[in-house]
Amino acid sequence: MNIDLTGTTTRKIQDALTQSRHLMGGPAVGMVLTLIIVTDESAQYDAVRAATEAAREHPCRVLTVISRDPRGNSSRLDAEIRMGETGPGETVLLRMYGPLAEHADSVVVPLLMPDTPVVIWWPGGKVPKSPAKSGLGKLATRRITDAYAARDRLGTLAQLAGNYSPGDTDFTWTRLTAWRSLLAAALDQDHDEIVSGEVMAEPDSPSAELLAAWLSIRLGVAVERTVSEGPGITGVRLTTTGGDIVIHRPDGRVATLCRPGQPDRQVALMRRPMSELLAEELRRLDPDEVYREAAARFAKDLAGGTSDEGTASEPLSGTQEAATTRKAEKEAEKEGLPAAPESSAGKQPASKPSGGKKPARGKSSGDA
Amino acid sequence: MTDAANPLRDPRDKRLPRVAGPCVLVLFGVTGDLSRKKLLPAIYDLANRGLLPPGFSLVGFARRDWENEDFRQIAYESVKAHARTPFREDVWTHLSEGMHFVPGEFSDPGAFDALSMAVKELDESRGTGGNYAFYLSIPPKFFPQVVEQLQRSGLADRKEGAWRRVVIEKPFGRDLKTAVELNDTVHRVFPEESIFRIDHYLGKETVQNILALRFANTMFEPLWNRSYVDHVQITMAEDIGIGGRAGYYDGIGAARDVIQNHLLQLLALTAMEEPTSFSAQAVRLEKAKILSSVRVPGDLTTSTARGQYASGWQGGVSVKGYLEEDGIPADSRTETYAAVKLEIDNRRWAGVPFYLRTGKRLSRRVTEVAMVFQQAPHLPFSHTDTEELGQNALVMRVQPDEGITVRFGSKVPGTSMEIRDVNMDFAYGESFTEASPEAYERLLLDVLIGDPPLFPRQEEVELSWRILDPIEEYWASRGGLDQYTSGGYGPDSADELMARDGRAWRRL
Repeated sequence: MNIDLTGTTTRKIQDALTQSRHLMGGPAVGMVLTLIIVTDESAQYDAVRAATEAAREHPCRVLTVISRDPRGNSSRLDAEIRMGETGPGETVLLRMYGPLAEHADSVVVPLLMPDTPVVIWWPGGKVPKSPAKSGLGKLATRRITDAYAARDRLGTLAQLAGNYSPGDTDFTWTRLTAWRSLLAAALDQDHDEIVSGEVMAEPDSPSAELLAAWLSIRLGVAVERTVSEGPGITGVRLTTTGGDIVIHRPDGRVATLCRPGQPDRQVALMRRPMSELLAEELRRLDPDEVYREAAARFAKDLAGGTSDEGTASEPLSGTQEAATTRKAEKEAEKEGLPAAPESSAGKQPASKPSGGKKPARGKSSGDA
Repeated sequence: MTDAANPLRDPRDKRLPRVAGPCVLVLFGVTGDLSRKKLLPAIYDLANRGLLPPGFSLVGFARRDWENEDFRQIAYESVKAHARTPFREDVWTHLSEGMHFVPGEFSDPGAFDALSMAVKELDESRGTGGNYAFYLSIPPKFFPQVVEQLQRSGLADRKEGAWRRVVIEKPFGRDLKTAVELNDTVHRVFPEESIFRIDHYLGKETVQNILALRFANTMFEPLWNRSYVDHVQITMAEDIGIGGRAGYYDGIGAARDVIQNHLLQLLALTAMEEPTSFSAQAVRLEKAKILSSVRVPGDLTTSTARGQYASGWQGGVSVKGYLEEDGIPADSRTETYAAVKLEIDNRRWAGVPFYLRTGKRLSRRVTEVAMVFQQAPHLPFSHTDTEELGQNALVMRVQPDEGITVRFGSKVPGTSMEIRDVNMDFAYGESFTEASPEAYERLLLDVLIGDPPLFPRQEEVELSWRILDPIEEYWASRGGLDQYTSGGYGPDSADELMARDGRAWRRL
C-alpha cells in the first residue's frame, strides 16, 4: 500500500499510518524500533532498500528525512507512506522544503514508535560534527555514521571519535567484523608471542586504521599500516616469535590464512552489502565501547603524528607501552570521558602531511 | 606457546561471534533424510555466516559407491534446496573443497581404516589439528558397531591438545534398561563430556526464549506457581502420518518418540527453578531436579490415554489408517497418540497437573506450552456478562509460527458489559525470524565449539525413562487401543481424561 500526502502535517501522517494498518488487518504493532534515515533524494533509494531488507530481521518503522530546497522561502512537508509490500514494518519518506528542513526533529518526534529504541543513520558522507548533539541525533539512542562515504574519510572519522558519545557507531567499524572475527579465531589456537603487526589496505581507508588501532590496543604491540592496491583491506600480518600469522585477501572475496607449520587454508571473506551492515548495527543497541577505544586511539595517533600538543607523548611508535596506555584509557573511561578527544577534535588532521609509519593519506578518490 | 586468554576476545565486544576451531566433522549416514534436509544445509549456513573455521572439513561415510565428487554433488543439491541463507559461490567452493567421502559398511574394518587415513590426511592438508566430531545420524542398533570400529581404528583416541566428540540423535534407547546399555556402549569409548545428545527442539529459539521469558522478566515469574496456575498443557501435534518411518516407528510409538525427550524437556524448562547461572552445569542441575520430582499418578487408567489414527480425511486428502500403512503389521498395538497427566511434587507445583499430549495425523501441526491460569476468585460482573469468559492463558508456541500468545478477557464493544476471551500475539516470526538460525545450525556450532548447555545429559535421559517406563509397562499389559479419525483432535479417551478433571484440551 502506497499513500502520498502532499503539503501535509504529522497528524495526517499518523492517521494515515493507523488507518492503513487497520485496513491491512493487522492493527497490532510488532515493531521493535524506529529507524531514522537522514539522506538526500539521490541516495534515498539505496538507503531505504537496505533498511527494508534489514527490517526483515528487525521490524521497524523507517522514517526517511529528505531535505529539499532548503533555501526556499516557504515550508512544506510531503509524505510518502509505504506499507506491507516489502516486508514487515512501515516506511515513511518525509520530504521537507524550505525552512522546515532546519526543524526536521519537530516532524520526526510525533512519528516515533512509543517506548521503543530509536536509531538514526546518516548513509551519506554528510555527517554532523557531533551526531549526539545534532537536532535529530538527540532523539536517538544509537547513531550510525559512515565515514567512508565522506570526502575526507580519515578526518571525518577522527572528528567523530573526538565527539564520541555512547551509542555512536560507524560503518567503517561494522565492515571490520568479519576480519576481526577471523583474526580472533586465528588467535583462539595456540600461537607464539606476538611482537608486531601490520595491516595492508588501500590508501585512505578508515576501516584499516581502525583495525590497526584495535589490534594495537588489544595486543599491546605496534601495528604498522601499509598501503596496497586494495580493494579494501588486503591483509593482516601478525609477526610472532615463531613466524608470521598472515591473513591475506587480495581479491576482496576469499581470504587465505597462513600460519607457521600449518597448511594454508582458505575461507570466503566477503565485503558485505549495506543491508547486512545495518542489520548488524540494529542487533545490539548498547554502546560499543570497543569501537570507542579503537576510534579514540586512531584519532590520537592521527593527531599525534602531526601536532605536538598533549597527545604527542603517545605517537603510534610508542605503542609498545600499550599496557600503560591502556591503563590510562581505563581511567579516562571511569571519568566518563572519551580517551583522547579534545586534542584531535576540531582540527582537520587529515589535511596535514602524515609522518613516520602513518598511512599514506590524501584527498584521494572515493572508490572502494 | 601462549596459553593465556585470547587478547582479541573481549566480553564487551559482542559483535565477534563464537567461531569453531579447526576440525573435521565425520558424518555417518549422509544419505539419510536428516543429513540432506537439515545437516548439510545447516553446515552451509554456518559457513555462510562465517562461523566455520578456515579449513573446516566434512567427511561423509555411507554404504554407497560414491566418489568425493558424488558426495559434493548431493551436498550441493541439498544446500541449494534447503539452505536458509542465500547461495554464494565463494562460500560453497571453499566448503566443498573440504568435503570427502569414504564408502563402506559399518561392519567393515577396512572402511574404518580408510576413514582414519582420510581424516589424518585432512589434518595434514587442511590443518584441522586432529579435532574430530563424529555425528552418528544412523539407527541406534548400529551404534555399538560404529563406536567399536572408531575405537579399533584409533579414531577415538584422544591426543594431547585435540578433542573427540560424538553426536547422537534420539531415540536414546527404548526404555531405561536399553538407554543405560546404549550409554554404556558409547561410554566405553567416549567420556560423558564428549557425548552430545541432540534434541533439536532444544536448539529452537523459542525454547531458549522460555528461559528468557521466565528469568529476564518481572511480570511472569510471580504467577508461575500453584497460586495462579490451574494446569499446564504441553502439546506436540503433527498433521502427517508416519510416512516412510514404519520400520523405526512400529514398536516405539508416540510416547517414546516424543514424550520421553521433547515434551519432558519442555516440561523441565517450563517448571524448573531459576538456575544459579546459565552454565551447562547449572541448567542441567535444575532440569534434573525437576525431572526427579515428577510423579506419575497412581491410577494409570484414568490419567493416560492413547490411540491409533484410523483412515479418514486430513486437510482435504484421503489418508490411510496406521494399520494400513506399508510395513505396519495389521495387529500392531503401537500408539500414534499418547496423552499423560503428570504431577510435580514440589512447593511450587504441588496440585498443578501437567498434561502432555502428542499425536500424528491430527488437524494441525503445532508444538506449544500453555499455562492455563485459574479463574479470578471473584467476578464483579453478572453471570451472563462473563459466560464467554474462559481462563487466562499464556501460550509459548514452539513451532510453527514461533511466538507467545496471551489470552485474557476483554469487553466486547457495545453498550452491555459483555466480556469475552481475546488473544494477543507476539509473533517471533514477525519480529526476529529471518535471522533466527535453524535449530541444527545452533546445535552443530555448539558441538564444534564444545558448548553443552543445550544438550541433555545421560542423567536427564534416564530420569525421563523412569517417568515413562511405568506408563509403557501399563499400556503393554492392557489390550485395546482407541482408533481416532485422521485430521481430528485425537481419541475420545484423551478428551475424557481432561473431562474427568473438569478441564478441556486447548483446541489445536
